[in-house]
Amino acid sequence: MSIRHGLLALLSPEPRYGYQLRTEFEASTGATWPLNIGQVYTTLSRMERDGLVSPGEEDDQGRVVYMITEAGRAEMERWFSTPVAQADRPRDELVIKLAMAVTAPGVDVGRVVQTQRTATMATLQELTRAKRSAAGGTAQRLVLDSKIFQAEAEQRWLDHCEAVLAANTEGAQS
Amino acid sequence: MSVVRLADVTRTHGEGPAAVTALSGVNLAIEAGELVAVMGPSGSGKSTLLNLAGGLDTPTSGTVTVEDTDLATLTAKELAAIRRRHVGYVFQELNLIPSLSAVENVMLPRELDGDRSARARELAMEALGEVGLAHLADRFPEEISGGQRQRVAIARALVGERRLVLADEPTGALDSHTGDEILSLLRARCDAGATVLVVTHEPRYAAWADRVVFLRDGEVADATVPPAVNVR
Ligand SMILES: Nc1ncnc2c1ncn2[C@@H]1O[C@H](COP(=O)(O)OP(=O)(O)OP(=O)(O)O)[C@@H](O)[C@H]1O
Ligand SMILES: [Mg+2]
Repeated sequence: MSIRHGLLALLSPEPRYGYQLRTEFEASTGATWPLNIGQVYTTLSRMERDGLVSPGEEDDQGRVVYMITEAGRAEMERWFSTPVAQADRPRDELVIKLAMAVTAPGVDVGRVVQTQRTATMATLQELTRAKRSAAGGTAQRLVLDSKIFQAEAEQRWLDHCEAVLAANTEGAQS
Repeated sequence: MSVVRLADVTRTHGEGPAAVTALSGVNLAIEAGELVAVMGPSGSGKSTLLNLAGGLDTPTSGTVTVEDTDLATLTAKELAAIRRRHVGYVFQELNLIPSLSAVENVMLPRELDGDRSARARELAMEALGEVGLAHLADRFPEEISGGQRQRVAIARALVGERRLVLADEPTGALDSHTGDEILSLLRARCDAGATVLVVTHEPRYAAWADRVVFLRDGEVADATVPPAVNVR
């Protein structure tokens, strides 16, 4: 589930207020995933219950700063190192993950891209094998084709991400 | 037994500070009947890997073994014989000979290997038929389209009994349907026991492979795991 993982990534450099998290979440992911402030606080209190974040003192305006715990950091690292499964993918989780990997400091974005690329290629190989041995009718074939095109588009987008990131690094070095 | 094995292979061009390392510490073993795809950004070492596997280039360090023979132990003549007889190449820049017709281009490897002309033509027509170009056999390279030239180059790599086929971007100028047909042709060769190593930028073609190897900056960045049933 990626709202909580996104929040962990945003909390990893330094503690934040809930309203800051909401603004930064939307700034990182564009309009892909608008959050309301209620969702942010509900998610934060569940994360507190699960030991992933801890709240600081209330300030004089009644606002609370949240910080990431060791367990929270471990959970964020696990998220970044695990590819999203094609089957049970909430729409755009990969996009959110990449945006967060670029935003949070110290994440090896190239590694995140490569882990996903290998997993997506394995899916594409499986679909191609299924298509080769498909005895079923046109409908089945077209459903497989649709999945092949989706996986292919994702693969291309990952190549593109890598090229853009490489160009940025080169630009920064020279 | 692996058909091709690269053990800790490094290829460096030039020396000193200007040296370019095209490939670095690569380990890769390809089994008989396996179709392996190599992907990676431009300049990541894909063509270098293919040339080393086919004995067209020699490593700066490490060993390349083809069917249990360390290529470094062979004389130039022995190496040339292996390349002619067992290995088929599709080069990134197709290298068709302009003064020969399509069928003559495809016959060439067989004739170089000592087949009589009639026999070579028969095999060449078969290979051209496989890529759907028998009707263009007597045209010259400049008289056919880019995609058709590409298919002639593939026929030339497949003609006769090739145990190892190395193809560098064989689908470059082809539409996706023709590209799929080429991959299914290569796939069929593998299922009949040949070994194929193919470089491609296209995920849809790489997906025909048993295993996809990702190169980055001359190193193997990752690879998909081959399905258990297809490992021989
Ligand atoms: N003869 C050479 N001298 C110097 N450098 C070379 C030579 N041949 C290749 N290189 C370099 O080695 C690296 C790998 O080249 P290679 O041709 O294997 O890349 P590639 O992955 O096939 O790229 P592309 O997708 O563009 O065909 C590149 O940086 C290239 O410039
Ligand atoms: Mg190349």
